[in-house]
This record gives sequence, C-alpha cells and structure tokens, in this order.
Amino acid sequence: MSEIRKIVIDPLIDNNPVTLQMLGICSALAVTTSLLPALLMCVALTSVIALSSATISLIRNRIPNNIRIIVHMTIIASLVILTDQLLKAYAFETSKQLSVFVGLIITNCIVLGRAEAFAMKNPVGLSFLDGLGNGLGYSLILIAVATLRELFGAGTLLGYPILELVQDGGWYEANGLMLLPPSAFFIIGFLIWVIRTWRKQQVEDADYQIHEVHRTDVY
Amino acid sequence: MPEKKTFDRDSISNTLMISISLSLVCSILVASAAVVLKPIQLKNAEEYRQRIILEVAGLMQPGADIATLFATIEPNSVEIASGESVEIYLEKSGGSVQQIILPISGPGLWSTMRGYLAVAPDGNTVKGIRFFEHAETPGLGDQIDKDDWRALWVGRHIYDEGMSPRIEVVRGFVLRDGSNPDAVHQIDGLSGATLTGNGVTKLVQHWMGPEGFGPYLETFR
Repeated sequence: MSEIRKIVIDPLIDNNPVTLQMLGICSALAVTTSLLPALLMCVALTSVIALSSATISLIRNRIPNNIRIIVHMTIIASLVILTDQLLKAYAFETSKQLSVFVGLIITNCIVLGRAEAFAMKNPVGLSFLDGLGNGLGYSLILIAVATLRELFGAGTLLGYPILELVQDGGWYEANGLMLLPPSAFFIIGFLIWVIRTWRKQQVEDADYQIHEVHRTDVY
Repeated sequence: MPEKKTFDRDSISNTLMISISLSLVCSILVASAAVVLKPIQLKNAEEYRQRIILEVAGLMQPGADIATLFATIEPNSVEIASGESVEIYLEKSGGSVQQIILPISGPGLWSTMRGYLAVAPDGNTVKGIRFFEHAETPGLGDQIDKDDWRALWVGRHIYDEGMSPRIEVVRGFVLRDGSNPDAVHQIDGLSGATLTGNGVTKLVQHWMGPEGFGPYLETFR
C-alpha cells in the first residue's frame, strides 16, 4: 500500500516532472495563457501517459530491445491521435485553442521518460499508477501557472471576471506580459524557488565552489 | 536437468512479429477512431461556422438552436474579379435583403486571419465583423475577437464619395467631436496590436475593393 501511495504522491512535489526533472516545459509555456485549455491539456496528457505506461508494461517482456523506442513512440502516438480525435469531437472549441499542442504530447519527454524508466521494468498496475502520478504532477504545475497567468493577465478565471479591469470600470490594469510565453518561464522559475525553499533536499549541489584565492597560491 | 527454453525477445522473428502486430493494432485503433468520430467532428465544425455567421449578423441568441436560426440565412455565390466563385450569405426577411455577409481573409502579424463582415443592404454600412480563425498575439492582437472592439465597427461606412474603400483601423482613438471628417470610416486601434490592425485594414479594403466584393456591393446601391 505504501508503495502505491509513494508512486502516485511522489511525482506531485518531491519528484515533480516539471520542477525537479525539468521535463515538459514547452507545453507548460504554450497552453497556460488561460485555465480552461490548460485543464484540458492536463486531462489529455495524464490519460495518455497513464495508458501508454500501462500498455508498454503489458508487453514489456516481448518488446525487442533494439526497437523499443520505436515501439514506445508508436503506442504513444496512437494514444495521442485518439485523444486528439476525441477532443475534436467532444470539446471542439477548447481543442481549437490547444491546436498543435495535443499532437505535441507525442514528443513530451515526460511520457517517453516514464515508459523507458518505469514501465519497461514494472508490472501493469504500478506502471499505470506511475503514469497517473506523473501526469498529475505535470497537471499541478500547469494549473498553478495557468491560474496565475489568467488571473493577472486577463483578470479572469475560466473566463469569469475576478479582478475588475480598468477598461470595464474596475481598478485592475491587466498585465499583458502574463499572456506572453516568457511569463511562464518566470512563474515556473518562481515555483521551483518556492518548492526548493520548502523542500531543501531538492537543492542541487553546486558544480564548483567559488572561493577566494590569494594570487600567491596560484604559483 | 530439463531443458528450459528461454524466450529470445531480440530474435529477428520476434522483432518482426512485434513490429507487425503492433502496427496493425495501432493503425486499426487510430483508423476506427477517425471513422467513428468523423460525423461528430464535421457537425462541430459546421455548427461553429454557422455560429460565427450568426454572430457576425447579430442574430445569435444564447441557448437557441443554431440550425434553426441558420435556416433564415440564404447562401449565395458571387463571382469575383479573378473568376473565382465565393460563397456569401444573405439574411432576408419578407423577401428583401437585410444583411449581406461576406467572407474576408488576409495576413495579420503572424497568421492568415479569416472571418466574415456583415454589410447593410445599402452596400456601405458595416453591420458586424467577426474573425473565426487567426493566430495573432494572445492578449494583444487577439483583441480582434473582443466584443467591445467588434462593436466599434457597427455603423461605420466602407466607401468614400469616390466609392473606393476608405474604412480603416487607425492608431489610437478616433476623434469623434465633429472635427474629423473621416470619423465615419475609422475604427479605434488596439494598443499593442498596430500590425494586426493594419492587416485588418488591408484585408477589409482589399475584399471591399474592385478585386473583391466591390462590384457586387455596387449592385445594392
């Protein structure tokens, strides 16, 4: 039981794919201008990663080593196309906003990373949960970034006005920078800083130490 | 000692087996999803296009059935200068044309912007504008979708006395104190989206000009 708990809970903060492993940053920049597409992206990625991990784990003992990445990619790509088709059928307008980014889940390093690092060595159930956990870890960061960006960039959340904008007679001057991709970099950086202040063990050792050297020491 | 036959997953036969069966399963999965979901997707796309046309004509009511509303709009085709036939829509009531809905498209800052422009039956007064496809800067250029900016177009005149397209998006605000004779042709610019605004001006002037729907609109005047 505790193992299952660990597999699902660990990737949320302690081993978060975005803030610790620095994977999946691209889509975290692209789909977080407002909360609704970000939520849809989270659902899409989480289901793809959980199902692909489970499928790969199911046939892990038969996958030939030399074509294993191709096998992973085929499975992931099929699931992504499936997800994309479903979104186009049942969430048409939001899928228009997500445009190419659902398709780009194929190249999301988190998905392939979990397939290669976990699903190839673990049973189906655990692989599914590992995919789920990592998907949720990614979702957590995406939702946090999208909430901040939509709130401060447009004064709304899920389209509902929260901060009254100046042009509508309110007090809040919308911060246009929040709607542009660089702001997601700042916010993710800020989140990493917050998490590492809270969880000190995530702080990496410095590659080298800067210290004062007296010039006579050089000779 | 009993001989234990170990399964060699790296053998050529297994490699072929796995790759062929995997391709087969995946392609069947993807193909059937595409076939099964296609009718729903086409319906969505068509409904979206119809909704845009209704919105540009100001006929969209929240909660109303799009297909029923759209039935009041009559498709028509117009041949433009290049010999191409373009589909337009006419809103009619009691046999007379109320609005002419024309497709417009052209380059913005980043993307090709596609939309519709609704014109009153005098062939000159704008009744509405709506873009349904563009990739302008989020928060800046994408304000062309905003209702309050689209409302600025309503009532503006497309043509000047010489009947050439004069309507334009200006930089900053349009002076509307009577001192500006062009005010009737001008729409406030969007801050931070000058280039998108210029694109909109160019494409509207193009489509309303002699190469676009200019000659067709003249038949209404």
